[in-house]
Amino acid sequence: MSEAVAHAHVHADAKGHDVHHPRLQHHFETMAQQKEASTLGMWVFLLTEVLFFGGLFFAYMVYRVWYFDAFAEASRTLDITLGALNTAVLIGSSLTMALGVRAAQTSQRSATVFWLILTILLGCVFLGVKVVEYADKFEHHHVPGPNFVWASEHEAAPAGEGAAAAGAEHAAPSNGAELQGLTQIYFSLYFTMTGLHALHMIVGVVLMSVIAWMAYKGRFDAHYYTPVEMAGLYWHFVDLVWIYLFPLLYLVERHN
Amino acid sequence: MSGHVSLKSVYYSIFGALMALTAITVFAAFVNLGNLNFPVAMAIATIKATLVVLFFMHVKYSSHLTKLVVATSLFFLVILLSETFMDYATRGLGPNLPLPLLH
Repeated sequence: MSEAVAHAHVHADAKGHDVHHPRLQHHFETMAQQKEASTLGMWVFLLTEVLFFGGLFFAYMVYRVWYFDAFAEASRTLDITLGALNTAVLIGSSLTMALGVRAAQTSQRSATVFWLILTILLGCVFLGVKVVEYADKFEHHHVPGPNFVWASEHEAAPAGEGAAAAGAEHAAPSNGAELQGLTQIYFSLYFTMTGLHALHMIVGVVLMSVIAWMAYKGRFDAHYYTPVEMAGLYWHFVDLVWIYLFPLLYLVERHN
Repeated sequence: MSGHVSLKSVYYSIFGALMALTAITVFAAFVNLGNLNFPVAMAIATIKATLVVLFFMHVKYSSHLTKLVVATSLFFLVILLSETFMDYATRGLGPNLPLPLLH
């Protein structure tokens, strides 16, 4: 009996369209059920991603508590302007992504493609800024490994920034050899966390390119836009990770 | 079947709120709040994350099942963080255990 009811539901949904939407796979009763299954699967995947990044966040917290001064000092070498800019770029890309999903929901094909391409471009801007930041780290020998050199704040910090902080409250600088080791822990975590995040961004850009192509080919309509929405969930999740990475890595201790 | 379609103005408002909160978190970092700097930064980040999850990721309009999975991810994250933290926080309390790498 329930089967009959479900079947009637399929017909009721059609409203003049084909009884079976071409994208409705045979093992689903309705488009809504099919979408719900995809949404559930995507969120279970994101759950594993939460725990994946969660372990890294915990490692960061332990070392931050143990070696707070080294973390604060190392964090001050990051460019806060570039970090904040990238945060804004990523939030902007989440907006364009959300508008892309909305355009797909309302069967606006060219708008969907437009917003998705804008999302890809903003993702590329983010990665470009990251390249500039990484290059700066290589230049200053702040990449963990045999070439890592930690110069004290007075020499390393760009003029103005950090110089004041070095004076007053941080009057008792730890010895150089110790900081050489401890700041490497910070930068190891910095590169691991931002690197994995950037890897997710690269995957996201590739994913968005495929989805934009599918949208261009007219694969989606108001009844079937699940791939756009699922790709959107992934993109927003990557944005979420950065929302925590920015204060944790760039803003350890900025005040005097 | 098409799911909830949010107004464009909702997305623009959330975007504005996220940008404002980013500005606030940068500003707050330069103010000496003592021990509160870290909790404030994390609280702002969590507000931002909540806005993204509820509105951009449509969880506000999702099924109970989806909401349950989202809550489950937070539940397991709390277990991961709190139980590992208990390990690190209590090392060295046992009779013959070496002290942790504190200096």
